[in-house]
Amino acid sequence: MQKSGDSERSAVDTLIASDRVPGNAHPERLTEEAIWTLLNEVKDPEVPAVSVVELGIVRAVHWDGRTVSVDVTPTYSGCPATELIEELIAEALRAAGIRDPHIRRVLTPAWTTDWITPEGKEKLRAFGIAPPQGSASKRSLLGQEEVIVCPHCGSHHTERVSEFGSTACKALYRCKDCLEPFDYFKCI
Amino acid sequence: MTDTQLLQSYLLRLADSDMILGQRLCELCGKAPALEEEMALMNVALDLVGQARNWYEYVAELEDQGRDADMLAFRRDAHEYRNLLLTEQPNGDYAVTMARQFFFDVWHYHTLQSLVNAPDERIAGIAAKALKEVTYHLRRSSEWIKRLGDGTEESHRRMQDAVDLLWRFTGELIQPDEVDQQIAKAGIGPDPEQLRDDWRGMVKAVLQEATLTPQPDDAWMYLGGKRGEHTEHLGFILAEMQFLQRAYPDAKVW
Repeated sequence: MQKSGDSERSAVDTLIASDRVPGNAHPERLTEEAIWTLLNEVKDPEVPAVSVVELGIVRAVHWDGRTVSVDVTPTYSGCPATELIEELIAEALRAAGIRDPHIRRVLTPAWTTDWITPEGKEKLRAFGIAPPQGSASKRSLLGQEEVIVCPHCGSHHTERVSEFGSTACKALYRCKDCLEPFDYFKCI
Repeated sequence: MTDTQLLQSYLLRLADSDMILGQRLCELCGKAPALEEEMALMNVALDLVGQARNWYEYVAELEDQGRDADMLAFRRDAHEYRNLLLTEQPNGDYAVTMARQFFFDVWHYHTLQSLVNAPDERIAGIAAKALKEVTYHLRRSSEWIKRLGDGTEESHRRMQDAVDLLWRFTGELIQPDEVDQQIAKAGIGPDPEQLRDDWRGMVKAVLQEATLTPQPDDAWMYLGGKRGEHTEHLGFILAEMQFLQRAYPDAKVW
């Protein structure tokens, strides 16, 4: 139900549309910070340990108290989760009472693993994925072998099994001490 | 040819090469020689198809004729495709798959290195993203060339055969036509001579390390992909790739 004070919406408007504003929501009271907090609850569907904010793919939030526009950048050109992530973000915003959230896909500047937050990296590790180590320098791209720490036992005694892991953003490693295989989130 | 038409022609080539090589690699889904290789091949394919989409979307906007990325990919015939002939060659054995990838990656890497400096921000942005991905592709394919070339007697023989088989399709990568020259002159694409030197330099260095022999620079080359004259293989690729969209045009629910 709409609050009576919301005079800008017509009676017809309140009757239609499936993305109806929940009766108890006051989107106009949301702050931009609150929207960031809200987006921090949206998990990456392929790596559900981290949120889209922690992953660094939400680049900007534009909120004027009535309409919102969120800039999202894909991790990889062909990331199959791109559309789903955009839909999950829109869904979370609609659930908070914001109508017609606008999700903008931006490619520039290109996403880098440097944008994964420290909390995000810690959560990746706890989830069993070695977080990207160091910064995404050209050297790391061009084959400078770095020691990847096993997320399970902390050993530095690891080896790369494959340049590509379960998704484009990861490589496959194996720990020579605890013998567990693990994904490594590649620096790009 | 107007500037916009020139840009369309050039970007369509990039998109088509990405798309066709991506499709070729996808044929290995479920039958790659090892699980790790399968994942790697599919990831490379995914990157390429994603890059193709980014270019197609831009081409569709530039031509402004109501076509979208899907229509460009799925509703054009072989003679309208502008991909490099190399990308449509069959997967063959694993040496052929990796030689094809390596020759392409070296070209792709150096081409993108120029495009990231294009004055057009859209091009520079797509290229910057792609370059990060392609750097990994190149790193991986180079390793395979060395591992197979400098491996067993049989792997060496097969790798050399693959190099010899595919060499005839590499002329197109480094021999500029009118569009390549104009695009270089506009400060968008790579300088043709520089690209040729970079490609030959890197390819020969890796082949040497892999104990493989390149063919001579003046070897006879197949040309034509950039003007829509393809080998017989492209039609079969498109037949499979485009079937659903051709049979059910504009279907909204599959």
